[in-house]
Amino acid sequence: MAQLVATLASTHHPFYLKATTMPPEQQMPQAAEWKRKIEAYRETLARTKPDILVMIGSDHFHQIFLDNCPQFLIGKAPRYDATFYNEEREFGIPKYVLEGDEDMSGFMHQNLMDQDFDFAFSNELKIDHSIICPIITVRPDNDLPVVPIYTNIFAPPLPSPKRFYNLGRAIRKAIDAYPSDKRVAAIGTGHLSLELGGPRQFMETGPDPEFDRQAIEWLRNGDIDAILANVDHESMAKSGNATHGFLNFILMLGVAGPEGADYVDNLDLFHTMEAYFTWYPKETAA
Amino acid sequence: MSKYYVNKFLFTVDRDPEYLKRYTEDPHTFVAIWEQSIGPRLSDAEMSTVNGFTPQERNALINHDYVALFEMGAHFFLNLTLFIGIYDEPYMEKSGPLAFQKEFAAKLQHWVGKDYPSVAT
Repeated sequence: MAQLVATLASTHHPFYLKATTMPPEQQMPQAAEWKRKIEAYRETLARTKPDILVMIGSDHFHQIFLDNCPQFLIGKAPRYDATFYNEEREFGIPKYVLEGDEDMSGFMHQNLMDQDFDFAFSNELKIDHSIICPIITVRPDNDLPVVPIYTNIFAPPLPSPKRFYNLGRAIRKAIDAYPSDKRVAAIGTGHLSLELGGPRQFMETGPDPEFDRQAIEWLRNGDIDAILANVDHESMAKSGNATHGFLNFILMLGVAGPEGADYVDNLDLFHTMEAYFTWYPKETAA
Repeated sequence: MSKYYVNKFLFTVDRDPEYLKRYTEDPHTFVAIWEQSIGPRLSDAEMSTVNGFTPQERNALINHDYVALFEMGAHFFLNLTLFIGIYDEPYMEKSGPLAFQKEFAAKLQHWVGKDYPSVAT
């Protein structure tokens, strides 16, 4: 069976590449520290020598729109174009082509259906920055095939936090059941407190620094009970109108299981708290 | 009122450099053309007949009025990213990085501490 070798959950900041590659005299003061933290985080994946990446993100109205809006979707294609025109325009993210793994996508899709997660699927999926940002940060050589999974964190009504956690558990089971000798890493991105297009956007900190500190502690300790007792759609909206990206962290904790993280780091940037977590399965001496 | 159709406007314009240029330069003309031939389009062969703007929605789009659009429940991400596409550069040249984003936030300060208009469609 396939072996899950690492679970990574992080924020995806679309300006990382631009912020750390512009001429040094124009860079923000935290750029060097940010780059150091990202490179250290990258190593938590590299040391596990993965063969395939299961990548969890959320389309930001790039391919998916309100005329046809799935809650959960899996990509099933031999390869995936990435980065839309408006992401190049706004964030300076280049175009990529990611290799797919149709066999594993097909297996995951059937297995998740068998676990009562009725996924939508796409045979022609163009990937957006929710999946390209982590390629840029933790696997910039883009040398591994991916199985992309999208969740709806954007267009209400959204599935519950508990449903996101249970989906993470189901994704873990599907990876564990995949008949292959491949080493699989699961990588998901989302947000802590975040405001976009509202009165609390682009402040000195994220819109709710107290939530950010608390969320990091919950994830550090793998405390799913505390998360489910304290986080719902209303509480996330109070912490910032785009805070529902935290649902993907809950999903990733489901993939890892309710255990303390093996690697935790964060960085307080203008308007957002960046956070980086890695879990190693306990049976793997990674 | 059609939040969906307002979002479709923001979505189709944000993802197309030619539409974005026309909406930036002459929003009045572009909104009229959009309503006639771009908004109803479902495919090369199919046109929808069921959507339309209210006068208030049309005016907000013509006036690049992102405050009114926020207050109507237009999706926050689309409402931000499209107007960043139009105003980020000129504001940056005049007043430095994030000047437009900060002005956008300032104009919505009366919503701090309140439930925002729902973006559900």
